[in-house]
Amino acid sequence: MSSETAKAPLLQVENLNAWYAESQALHGMNFEVPEGELVTLIGRNGAGKSTTLRSIMGIVRKRKGSIRFRGAELIGRQTYEIARQGIAYCPEERAIFASLSVRENLGLPPVLSAGGSSDEELLEQFPNLRARQNSMGTMLSGGEQQMLAIARILRTGSRFLLLDEPSEGLAPVVVKEIGQQILRLKQRGYTILLVEQNLKFAQMVADRHVVVEHGQVVDVLAADQLQANMARVKTYLGV
Amino acid sequence: MFDGISIQLLMGQLLIGLINGSFYAMLSMGLAIIFGLMHVVNFAHGAQYMLGAFIAWLLLNTLGINYWGALFIAPVVVAIFGMVMERLVLKPIHHLDHLYGLLATYAVTLIVEGLIRQQYGSSGLPYSSPIPGGVNLGFMFLPWYRLWVVLFSFAMCLGTWYLIEHTKLGSYLRAANENPEIVESFGINVPRMITLTYAFGVGLAGLSGVLAAPIYQVSPSMGSSLMIVIFAVVVIGGMGSIMGAILTGYLLGVVEGLTKVFYPEGANLVIFVIMILALILRPQGLFSKKEGA
Repeated sequence: MSSETAKAPLLQVENLNAWYAESQALHGMNFEVPEGELVTLIGRNGAGKSTTLRSIMGIVRKRKGSIRFRGAELIGRQTYEIARQGIAYCPEERAIFASLSVRENLGLPPVLSAGGSSDEELLEQFPNLRARQNSMGTMLSGGEQQMLAIARILRTGSRFLLLDEPSEGLAPVVVKEIGQQILRLKQRGYTILLVEQNLKFAQMVADRHVVVEHGQVVDVLAADQLQANMARVKTYLGV
Repeated sequence: MFDGISIQLLMGQLLIGLINGSFYAMLSMGLAIIFGLMHVVNFAHGAQYMLGAFIAWLLLNTLGINYWGALFIAPVVVAIFGMVMERLVLKPIHHLDHLYGLLATYAVTLIVEGLIRQQYGSSGLPYSSPIPGGVNLGFMFLPWYRLWVVLFSFAMCLGTWYLIEHTKLGSYLRAANENPEIVESFGINVPRMITLTYAFGVGLAGLSGVLAAPIYQVSPSMGSSLMIVIFAVVVIGGMGSIMGAILTGYLLGVVEGLTKVFYPEGANLVIFVIMILALILRPQGLFSKKEGA
């Protein structure tokens, strides 16, 4: 018997099925996210990556199977209860509130547990936002909006982040900056589940890749295995 | 001043317009708050306004609690009624088309009005003014109570607008108007926020009812007759726009009052003519920030 005890993963998804009305989007997803790691969900459009994040958060309500976070079951819980467990979600569309200023957007999420960044810390970490504090949220550029969307969820104190395609639609230089911010978060001990279509971006930041196709996990690759399996992964992604 | 129009008549109608406008503003503001967050066209708003007036009457005639007590108690009771109604009637149909919310609240209106009518009749009940007397301004007599209603409702509108536009609580509400799912994903209990917001909007209707009791007859239909105008105010101001509802409420009250002076035959129609023009020329509402309808 090994003296080493296997560390329980932070998030365990088992046989997760999810539906939008009558249309089934996830067909038995299985994967784990170990604490402190950055795991990407990669796959082509419509594979079920974003639905997986939305199901974890309880935004997609019709779901079956099991989602355990720190051992506690999330299925059956409401979205705000899931957030209070210590999970923060940054959606694909960024969801910057048009009727709120940058400062109000940044200050919106409540502090749910100790360890959240203060407004001043966030502005230090995302300096582009400092000069735009009084602008309305939607007056920001795409990159600034993405920074704001990531920055505001760091207020809550949640240590597990769900990031949905943070690089989407951004200029390469901005993508690089976002990538560096995400790496800094990882270095600070955050656990991150990242949905990404941009393979180069995923490669830059991830410890592990979970490949999703037709609402199922078809492959799991450690970061150092990706290059060797690139041809297969590119087939999955359709590139 | 104008041919055949005395200053007394003009100022008198202007005051009536301001008083009506105060009620239009408070009621349409509550309606706009509810619509903004829940997308429910709260047809029961008139019945809830009437309930406020009736509770004030009941408090006075059964428990001896005067107007000032009723001004606090009645809106709270109506708000609690709203909470129960939201949980039992609106929440179960939240996921359905908004038309169901309108029909359900209309059904509540019929039930509440019917019960009150059966118990107290439809002729109307008197409620004496808590601030009798007034001041002679030379060109008109200004009753103190009416001045109180105008000032108090204006303060309520301003206070509510400030709460929504300039406080943290208000920023939750505005954000949830745009994207409740994301606000909930921040850990904010949006279902409870919806219940409390509905209760607040309904409480405002109850408060308006208490204010109205000494001015109008306390009768089961006092809300229904007002509701058509209130909906017109909300449509003209822009559905969900708080400031739009307030400004349009006062504006239309005054326009209605002045129409009574200059073209009395058109006084009951003018608001609806403006509504039609607004729908044609600016369907999103005069004060809405949204482009197009």
